[in-house]
Amino acid sequence: MIPAAFEYHRPADLAGAIALLTEHGDDARVMAGGHSLIPMMKLRMAEVPHLIDLQDVTSLGGISVQGGQVRIGAMATQAELIDHAGLSNAAPILREAALQIADPQVRYMGTIGGNVANGDPGNDMPGLMQCLDASFELEGPGGARAVKARDFYEAAYMTEREDDEVLTAVSFAATSGGYAYEKQKRKIGDYATAAAAVLLTKEGGACASASVAMTNLSDVPVWSEAAGAALVGTAVDAAAIKASVAAMLGDIDPTEDNRGPVAFKRHVAGVILGRAIARAWSRA
Amino acid sequence: MKDEVTREERVDALGGMGCKRKRVEDARFTQGKGNYVDDLKLDGMLFGDFVRSPYAHARVKSVDSSAAMEVPGVLAVLTAADLEPLGLHWMPTLAGDKMMVLADGKVLYQGQEVAFVVATDRYAAADGIESVEVEYEELPVLVDPFEALQSDVVLREDLLGADGGTPDGAHGPRNHPNHIFTWEAGDKDATEQVIGAADVVAEEMVYYHRTHPCPLETCGCVASMDKVNGKLTLWGTFQAPHAIRTVVSLISGIEEHNIRVISPDIGGGFGNKVGAYPGYVCSVVASIVTGKPVKWIEDRMDNLMTTAFARDYWMQGKIAATKEGKITGLWCHTTADHGGFDACADPTKFPAGFMNICTGSYDIPTAYLAVDGVYTNKAPGGVAYRCSFRVTEAAYFIERMIEVLAIELGMDAAELRRINFIKAEQFPYQSALGWEYDSGDYHTAWGKAMAAVGYDDLRAEQAQRVADFKAGKTRKLLGIGLCHFTEIVGAGPVKNCDILGLGMFDSCEIRIHPTGSAIARLGTISQGQGHATTFAQILATEIGLPADSITIEEGDTDTAPYGLGTYGSRSTPVAGAATAMAGRKIRAKAQMIAAYLLEVHDGDVEFDVDRFVVKGAPERFKTMKEIAFASYNQAIPGLEPGLEAVSYYDPPNMTYPFGAYVCVMEIDVDTGEHEIRQFYALDDCGTRINPMIIEGQVHGGLTEALAIAMGQEIAYDEMGNVKTATLMDFFLPTAVETPHYTTDHTVTPSPHHPIGAKGVGESPNVGGVPAFSNAVHDAFRAFGLRQSHMPHDHWRIWKIANELGLHG
Repeated sequence: MIPAAFEYHRPADLAGAIALLTEHGDDARVMAGGHSLIPMMKLRMAEVPHLIDLQDVTSLGGISVQGGQVRIGAMATQAELIDHAGLSNAAPILREAALQIADPQVRYMGTIGGNVANGDPGNDMPGLMQCLDASFELEGPGGARAVKARDFYEAAYMTEREDDEVLTAVSFAATSGGYAYEKQKRKIGDYATAAAAVLLTKEGGACASASVAMTNLSDVPVWSEAAGAALVGTAVDAAAIKASVAAMLGDIDPTEDNRGPVAFKRHVAGVILGRAIARAWSRA
Repeated sequence: MKDEVTREERVDALGGMGCKRKRVEDARFTQGKGNYVDDLKLDGMLFGDFVRSPYAHARVKSVDSSAAMEVPGVLAVLTAADLEPLGLHWMPTLAGDKMMVLADGKVLYQGQEVAFVVATDRYAAADGIESVEVEYEELPVLVDPFEALQSDVVLREDLLGADGGTPDGAHGPRNHPNHIFTWEAGDKDATEQVIGAADVVAEEMVYYHRTHPCPLETCGCVASMDKVNGKLTLWGTFQAPHAIRTVVSLISGIEEHNIRVISPDIGGGFGNKVGAYPGYVCSVVASIVTGKPVKWIEDRMDNLMTTAFARDYWMQGKIAATKEGKITGLWCHTTADHGGFDACADPTKFPAGFMNICTGSYDIPTAYLAVDGVYTNKAPGGVAYRCSFRVTEAAYFIERMIEVLAIELGMDAAELRRINFIKAEQFPYQSALGWEYDSGDYHTAWGKAMAAVGYDDLRAEQAQRVADFKAGKTRKLLGIGLCHFTEIVGAGPVKNCDILGLGMFDSCEIRIHPTGSAIARLGTISQGQGHATTFAQILATEIGLPADSITIEEGDTDTAPYGLGTYGSRSTPVAGAATAMAGRKIRAKAQMIAAYLLEVHDGDVEFDVDRFVVKGAPERFKTMKEIAFASYNQAIPGLEPGLEAVSYYDPPNMTYPFGAYVCVMEIDVDTGEHEIRQFYALDDCGTRINPMIIEGQVHGGLTEALAIAMGQEIAYDEMGNVKTATLMDFFLPTAVETPHYTTDHTVTPSPHHPIGAKGVGESPNVGGVPAFSNAVHDAFRAFGLRQSHMPHDHWRIWKIANELGLHG
């Protein structure tokens, strides 16, 4: 559990970080909380000759909630998300999800930027960001751009981010209506066996809009347009939930691991999603 | 002044047996001031680490270390070829087998040590490991012991006879090249007759899966050979430092007085740190070669993949009974997966440990046990993980068979236990498989447990739950997990217990200082058990000096008396007895001194808490403090100066702690998740030395039992890859997963132990595993479940429900 030798860089600003990325190309990686990257380096599964620590880049921190828009700097920790009162009002699902990530010690170090940028299918935030229809802000030598969370993930650890870009912030519209983040895991600190993010709104007893995403059931997060559509216009009764689950099961592609075989994961995915929808509806 | 202190206050001031004395160790542990082996830093110390095999079974065609020797900081790369001239490329195991120190032509399990890289620091060593080039030729892999016994693939070619046959092993005839031993107990013919003629026979295969003790601190050592005076000092995570010293002497040829083994603070052992590992041998050799201290510390994956595992017993059982439920016979055949080498840590005469305690708490007149040990492509080990030797396997087996028999009979499992318990008046009880149970009162304990949990109400609630489930009102089932276990601990009597020929006595040496404080040294070594607290309490009561004035020291073979160490709940039964006996020797001399000082005959004074008093004249006394001073400083005719004693205690019998546990568990049929609503644990460990430490031991043991029953395993794929080599996949419960425990007790002292104590550290693991597992099984009993193997993680519980058709 000892990493190969690497150069440690600690730029003072974003320009410095991008300059290092430009210089070293895919020999360099930026590090936020380090809770994904450092273990990979120690296992020698990730070789990072140049490690760029972002902790002095203060411009990447901060959480703002203004005019119905939420913007979270990449270096905001999970603990900061949990403790931010304005954020809890604007998007309570984020707090509910963050509280289910790992344990308090990890949440003091782990950041939202690291969580979404690493492309680990086990991470909770990518699916949630797709549910929220968030945008990721990227900055590189060519300037800044935004990529939709729903377009960001290509495969496990493969994303739209270029090697010389830094993911600087996530932003999304404040939510209204019902929400739920439901996660089954083997123990504290584990990745999800299945996790579901559900946002929906209610008008006149019927579901007016719905967004449904799941985590760790494919090599990328799964936002299922059909699973949301199956709820819209219904009273979110048993039949509608069943239809939504059926749609989601058509979109996920879990693999067997120590959590269990595919049949188990598909069954649990349905149960967890059904519970998330019911809970979100009860809050709508 | 003296008269104002009451006798009760004098007792309290001692902090002796029975009081909740706070642990004296905790001040340093809770402040980060512990001193563990990896804290040791010596001048010029080097660091060694292993190149390990990625394959479970392969020939090692070549090891090329030339590139590694170019890595800055790398000083040497040891291979089997380097160790062979010293005769150290193989070493004896505790089980009478031998094992490779470094791969000698082949590897037998994933993670096996192939080469030892010695470098200036651990970073250079890690880089050096990456640069050693090993050429392997993969061989067919055997991970199933039943397949291994049929296979043409020979794992241990080194054991083949010259004629290609299979010579006898350390434990008798072997019937296949992958077979290690057959061990039998009881009466085979009589048992088969009873089963053949019985009203009812329940038959089941009970698998106790492979797991690992996983102490928080992994294994490691620092070897330092002083070439000037020829002395080797070896610091390490040793649960048996004296035994390690003897073994090192025997295999290295260094005389035993020139070896000093020191166990500093140890961060948990649970059996994992009993045996000898290649890291110890390689560190010693590297220190001899370089003349510098060499440190070796495992990482977590090394520890889980290669150091001693636990369990992996396939137990085929038959239990016979009358229609009324009186058990008439028990038959068990166990297939024991020992991995690539037989490195179990059992007393020599017991290759399957004390598995023959598998008649449990029940009066079973006829029984038979056979155990076949098998080689496979898995790591060696088979240690007693927080239990006495194979006792948790035995307890799980009988407590599952009782449940299966209850199903067969259509009986309540609590009642079935009750009518079969050994009765209090039957002790000492001779079991059909050869043990003499020292004492017990199972009916009282069971009755107390049933009353405490409201057993009948629980069953009524469960019946209602089943009805509600069938009516579609709930998706949760309720399981009531029962267990009554009997342990066998305190190995053990030298007449039948030894390890590598070393008798399993233990020892205590006491020196009283002139001002009335003391130091006591023991042959055991605490790994978290709190010996410095509890052994001082035993002594306080025995010699009348305050526990706070008594230092307990263990773990340094240059100062501590010889003993066999701490595992198998043997410290209190054996070293605790030695402590009491040594204390009594002190007291006997103190009595003579007191009589001299009080100018009466020896027989005219008697011990009273902290003093000797003249019989019938309590105002005439000498305190132990006064006696201690006099022992050194007053010329007493006929007595040598000083107040010291040593005792080596060879126990006349094992001790037999027992307990009654009940686990109430809610199970989510759809996700396989569980919630433990209640856990009641009644332990009878005989005389209770420190109730607070007992409670802590019970909490810890139950939590490890929870881990094992509900998710913890060392799992292999068919290629022999370890699937659970990190704490992401190897379940180690945190406070979040740990339920609330209710503890309770009865006290049935051991009649043969000087203070009546039996040992408790491992009981909760032995009793806890069946209680948790039986709760899972019991939840599904109404739907037809008989047996489902542990660990009961989410998907395996889900699978039970799925196969019973509960997912609609």
